Amino acid sequence: MTVAPLIEVQDLRTHFFTDEGVVKAVDGVAFTIPAGKTVCVVGESGSGKSITGRSILNMVPYPGRVLDGTIRWRPNGAPPVDLLSLDPKGREIRAIRGKDIALISQEPMAALSPVHTIGNQMIETIRLHLGLSKRQARERAADMLAKVGIPRPKDRLDSYAFELSGGMRQRVCIALAVACGPKLLIADEPTTALDVTTQANILDLFRELRDALGVSILFITHDLGVVAEIADEVVVMYLGQVVEQGRVDDIFHRPLHPYTRALLGSVPRLTRSRPERLPTISGMVPSPFERPGGCLFHPRCDRFERGLCDRSAPALARYAGGRVARCFKAGVEP
Amino acid sequence: MNRALVEIRDLKVHFTLRAGLLRRVKGLVRAVDGVSFDVMEGETLGLVGESGCGKSTITRALLRVYQPTGGQMRYRAADGPVDLATLNEAALARFRREIRLVFQDPQSSLNPRLPVVDIIGEVLKVNKMATGEALRERVAALMTRVGLRPETMHRYPHAFSGGERQRIGIARALAPEPKLLIADEAVSALDVSVQAQTINLLKDLQRDFGLTYLFVSHDLSVVQHICDRVAVMYVGTLVEIAPTDRLFEAPKHPYTEALLSAVPIPDPAMRGRASRIRLPGEVADPANPPPGCPFHPRCRFATDICRSDKPALTSTGQDGHAVACHHADSLTLANAFDAGPSPAPHSNSVTA
Repeated sequence: MTVAPLIEVQDLRTHFFTDEGVVKAVDGVAFTIPAGKTVCVVGESGSGKSITGRSILNMVPYPGRVLDGTIRWRPNGAPPVDLLSLDPKGREIRAIRGKDIALISQEPMAALSPVHTIGNQMIETIRLHLGLSKRQARERAADMLAKVGIPRPKDRLDSYAFELSGGMRQRVCIALAVACGPKLLIADEPTTALDVTTQANILDLFRELRDALGVSILFITHDLGVVAEIADEVVVMYLGQVVEQGRVDDIFHRPLHPYTRALLGSVPRLTRSRPERLPTISGMVPSPFERPGGCLFHPRCDRFERGLCDRSAPALARYAGGRVARCFKAGVEP
Repeated sequence: MNRALVEIRDLKVHFTLRAGLLRRVKGLVRAVDGVSFDVMEGETLGLVGESGCGKSTITRALLRVYQPTGGQMRYRAADGPVDLATLNEAALARFRREIRLVFQDPQSSLNPRLPVVDIIGEVLKVNKMATGEALRERVAALMTRVGLRPETMHRYPHAFSGGERQRIGIARALAPEPKLLIADEAVSALDVSVQAQTINLLKDLQRDFGLTYLFVSHDLSVVQHICDRVAVMYVGTLVEIAPTDRLFEAPKHPYTEALLSAVPIPDPAMRGRASRIRLPGEVADPANPPPGCPFHPRCRFATDICRSDKPALTSTGQDGHAVACHHADSLTLANAFDAGPSPAPHSNSVTA
């Protein structure tokens, strides 16, 4: 069963040219998103997970630039299009953004206009992409609000963003994202700003939408609890590179990369026997201007081998079960 | 840990909402509405709840950033108890050295124009506790204690990572040898690996300096790791308080149960647990709280009495466990653990 993935990212490099130097935010990232699946990109701050999401839409904020790579976009088995070969301001990519690929951001208040009603914002998007009449677009907008669980959707169309609670605002953003029938949702920390009980409801909504609409989701988060709840596949990033990709069960129960294992170990869990101390990863994420040589993780790694890990950088290698990892010692039992 | 360091009694913090040209009072936000609890000496008390529940307001009231509308905050000072709620500014100064705050955001809570030595040392200078070489020595000792290199004391905050900045914030809070440290979401903004380091550091400091912590957080997994007792708040009221193990093992309030079951479990095998509780609706607006029990519109056990009478915080009969629910005695609620088998984390090789 080898269905071509919806998106295939290869050798993506997005760098930021700041006054202090070049920040290699994304440096040779490769991963795939299968159709109808949820792929979680997980990593600590500075891992490049958000910029990876933005690069897919070719919307990298200044002073960043996509330098290199291909992003093969293959909706419904159509011949693939390299999203990065399109003019970032051109008609083709603009027809894809917001329609085929929609973005949901962390802060719904910043994503919604404070001076337009929810309805106007949705109707504008729907008419632009689907060419419906005003009335049809309004109906579709109300349907979408109902679909994401907003009570009295017809009345809500005339509300402003500030009149809604945080959870409701995020539901509006999700309604807006799915309004034009996207194939891929890029959700960047969509539940991080929400309370836990609200977060649980929004995660349920993502699952329902994936099953009902068959949409793929690229879910960017730092929270491994959320990953375990929602992911089919997981991409683990560190300092702008993918260190491991695999199915969620493999990643959590049989991690190949020492970083993945250490990250899982440092998450506080609800357990009856509370450990006196939490396991930690030694050191901290290095400054983007002081990237270590060799394997990027070697200064913090517990499997570090002198003369190997600090000399040469491991490549992303394939392992059994369709998994990939970037480590000389991946899979070697400690 | 047998004496109370702080006794909060019927604390109320209300804010008036004003609108229009004449700034007339249009409403009252009851951010904290009659909360009572003790903080015992040497313990870590967790204060949990969702946004708008009033947990941060309580910390600000303790520091008298907000003037309480009513109630008492009795603090056991070395020379006898005082009520922090009524002291004047001059008398408060002393206690501002003894009660210190660690902020959530290490980015915005450090002055970007001051070198670290001044950030940590300012409180010592202002209170005439140290100057000159003695001050630098004290700052160096504090930095070493929280795991920062003292050679870096002349650098500015931007030269430090998020985790290091939070250590600067902790060192600053520790500088005047406080008794009570209030950590308001102090580890929430940190990455997981750094969060674990910071939690371990806070535990070590507590042991070494005999500190008392009021640990405000929305993250129940973190709270379970660090706290001896936990108080749960909902829309300005305390709904449950208990020793940590008891609260997670046998919650008595339906809101606590829902909160525990909403915690994402970092294990995909636990997905789709049958016992997961989903709360309908939204957190009530503290400017317009529902009558009766503030939780009743979202509670699956609500009856008529819940819609009319506000339940008082009552002891469950078990030591230190109190709950504000009319039906607490008759409910059987799910605990935090028994949603399924909990496999051991596969992380035995991680460096400690």
